[in-house]
Amino acid sequence: MTLLDLSAHPEGAAHHPASEPSAWDSQPLRYLDEHGAPVEGGLRPDARILAPDALLRGYRALRFARAFDTEATNLVMQGRLAVYPSCRGQEACEVAAVHALAEQDWMLPTYRDSAALVLRGIPAVEALTLLRGSWHCGYDPKQWRTMPQCTPLATQGPHAVGLGLAAKLAGDPSVALCFFGDGATSEGDFHEACNSAAVYQAPVVFLVQNNQYAISVPLHKQTHATQLSDKAIGYGLPGVRVDGNDLVALNAVLAQAFDKARNGGGPTLIEAVTYRMQAHTNADDAARYRQSSEVEYWKQRDPIDRLAKYLTAIGALDASIEAEIDEECAAYCEQMRAQFAEEPEYHPDEMFEHVYAQMTPQLERQRAMVRAEQGGAGGNGSAHGTGNEGEAGR
Amino acid sequence: MSPAPATSTTMAKAINSALADAMSEDDKVVVFGEDVGALGGVFRVTDGLTQKFGEERCFDTPLAEASIMGTAIGMAVYGFKPVVEMQFDAFAYPALEQVLSHLAKMRNRTRGAVPMQVVVRIPYGGGIGGVEHHSDSSESYFAHTPGLHVVTPATVGDAYSLMREAIESPDPVVFFEPKRLYWSKADVALPTRTGAIGTAAVRREGTDATLVCYGQTVPVCLAAAEQAKREGRDLEVLDLRSLVPLDEEAIVASVAKTGRAVVVHESVGFGGFGAELAAKIAERCFYQLEAPVARVAGLDIPFPPPKYEHWYLPDADRVLDAVDRALAAG
Repeated sequence: MTLLDLSAHPEGAAHHPASEPSAWDSQPLRYLDEHGAPVEGGLRPDARILAPDALLRGYRALRFARAFDTEATNLVMQGRLAVYPSCRGQEACEVAAVHALAEQDWMLPTYRDSAALVLRGIPAVEALTLLRGSWHCGYDPKQWRTMPQCTPLATQGPHAVGLGLAAKLAGDPSVALCFFGDGATSEGDFHEACNSAAVYQAPVVFLVQNNQYAISVPLHKQTHATQLSDKAIGYGLPGVRVDGNDLVALNAVLAQAFDKARNGGGPTLIEAVTYRMQAHTNADDAARYRQSSEVEYWKQRDPIDRLAKYLTAIGALDASIEAEIDEECAAYCEQMRAQFAEEPEYHPDEMFEHVYAQMTPQLERQRAMVRAEQGGAGGNGSAHGTGNEGEAGR
Repeated sequence: MSPAPATSTTMAKAINSALADAMSEDDKVVVFGEDVGALGGVFRVTDGLTQKFGEERCFDTPLAEASIMGTAIGMAVYGFKPVVEMQFDAFAYPALEQVLSHLAKMRNRTRGAVPMQVVVRIPYGGGIGGVEHHSDSSESYFAHTPGLHVVTPATVGDAYSLMREAIESPDPVVFFEPKRLYWSKADVALPTRTGAIGTAAVRREGTDATLVCYGQTVPVCLAAAEQAKREGRDLEVLDLRSLVPLDEEAIVASVAKTGRAVVVHESVGFGGFGAELAAKIAERCFYQLEAPVARVAGLDIPFPPPKYEHWYLPDADRVLDAVDRALAAG
C-alpha cells in the first residue's frame, strides 16, 4: 500500500456497498419509507403533498416510464437502437421533473433521460432518434422547450443558466430545469453552472440524480463530500437532498424549487438519491463492478412498488386500475415496436444540409463526391470500391 | 445610418463602434465576458457599452470561460444574439468544449431548428510584449471544427464591417482580433461595409508571387511587398479576412496569375492553417505553380516571452527569404 492510496476500498463495491453509503447516514427528505408507509416529519412542514388523484396520475406516469424504458431496452437487444442508457429505478425523478415543468419551461436532459422526453409528450420515435443512430436529435427543441439530450457531461449546465438568464432578462417567468448525474458533479461545467446561476440569480433548478455510479465508478470514488447537496453551500445556493425513489417527496421538493425560481428567488440544487438498476448501457457489464446483493437491496426500494403500496393502502389503487394501466402500457409498447420495426430512409445528403445556414462551396463539393460514390452499380461508385477516397476538401 | 466623414480611428475603436451600433439597432444583441463592464475590457473594446446600454445589455461575468460560452449558447437558444469576450487567446481554452461540442454543432444536431447566432471575440497573437499565455494564435483549433465561421480583420474598416457581419450571421462566428493591430489607425467613415464573411481581399496587386496572409501578418506582408518593390519584385498580397468559409476562388485566381505562393501566418506552422492553404493551392493550382508553395509561420515552439518573441514572429525579412526561395525555383 502506498502512502497515497487512491483505491480507498480495494475490495471494491462489496467493501463499501452503495447499499450502506455514508451518504445515507443523514436521511434525505422523504414522504414514504421503502415500504410505502408515510414517514412522520420526513418533509419540511410547508411541503405540498399531492392529492391522491394526482398521485395516481403520477403512478400511471411511473408505470408508463418503466414500460417505455423496458421497451427501449428490448429494442436495443433487437438491434433497433444503437445504444440505450436505461433509467430503470430512476423513474420517479423523471416523472417528478416533468410534472414540475410548466409548458413554457425549458428542460435540459442528459442521455439517461429519454423517459423524461416521452413524458413531456415527444413521440418515442422522435425522442430516440439519436440513440437509433442518426445525426440529429429528432425533435424541434423550441417546440418542446426541450434541448437535445446532452452527451458531454455537465455541459448542459451553462446552457440552462443561459436559458434562465435570457428568460429573466426578457421578463418571462420561464424556469430551466437541468438534469445532471452524480458523475457530472465532478466536472468543471457543473461548478461553473452552479456558480454563474447563483451570481445571476437565474431561474434554474439543477436536479442531480445520484444513481450511485458513473458507468463503473461508485460515488465514494467520485467525491469526498458527505452528500452532493452540500456542494450548494459554496455557491450560496439552497441545497436539498431528497429520496429519489419517493415520488411524493420529489414532487414537493421540485414544486418548491420551481416556485422559488419563478418568483425571482434564484436557483436551487437538488440531489435525488436513487439507483441505476441496469448497467450504464447495453454495452456495459455491471457484474464487473457491483454485487447483485446491492442491486437486490435497491430493488426493495423500487419507486413504483413503493408508491403502489401507499396508494393501495389509502384506497386509491386496486387491481382493476392496475389492469387498466397494464393494458395502456402494453398498447403503447406495441405501437412503439411497430414504429421501430421499419428503418427510416437514410441519405448522405442530410449530413451536409445543416452544418451552416448556407452550405459552403467546399461542402457542396464533398456532397457531390459522396453522391457520385452512391451512383455506381458496385455500391459506392468508386473505381476502387475502398470507400472514402476522393478529392474532397473543406 | 449615414456614414460620418472619414476620421482617424483605431481598430479597437472600430470594433467598439460596431458593437455599439449593433446594440442600438437590435436589442437582442448582448455583450458579456470578464471585465467588459465598468472597465470596458482589458483592451477597452467594450468601453462605454454598459454606460450606454445598461447592465442588462453589457455585463461582467464570473471568471469562467466555459460558463460564459455555455451561457451564450443558452441565451442564443432563447433568441438573444450574444457577443462574448474571451479575454485573451489562451484563456479561451476552457471554453473549447462548449465551442467545439455545442456551439459548432447545435444547428446541425437540431436540423436547423436551433441556430447559434453567437459571436466569440478572441484577442489573439503576439508582438505586444505579453507574458506567457497572452500571445497565442489559436485559429487553427477553431477552423478545424465544422459549423463555425472563423474571421479575422487586418484593417480598421474590416474590423467594423466584419463585426457587424458576424453579429448578423446566422452561424456562430469566432472573431479573432489581432492584438498588435488594436491601436493601428486609419481614416474610415463609420458605419462601413467592406465585404461579406467568406470573401478575401487583394490588399496589393502584383504579378511575381502571391503572399497569402491574414490578421497580424497582413501589414507584415504589405511591408515585405514594399521592400520587394525596391528590389524590382512585384508581390500580390491577399488578405483572407475569413478562414472559414475560405475564399478559395480568390486564392486560386491570384496564384494562377502569379504562379508562386507564400503562405504567411503567425501561429505554429506544424498542422497549422497554412498547411491547409498550401494543400489547397497544391490541389487546385498545381499546373500553374512555378515553385513549391512556401510557408512562413511561427516556430513550432510554445509562444516565447517578451524578450524572445522578436525571434519568433514572422517579419518582412523572413517573408522575403521565402519569396526568394519561391522565385529562385522553377
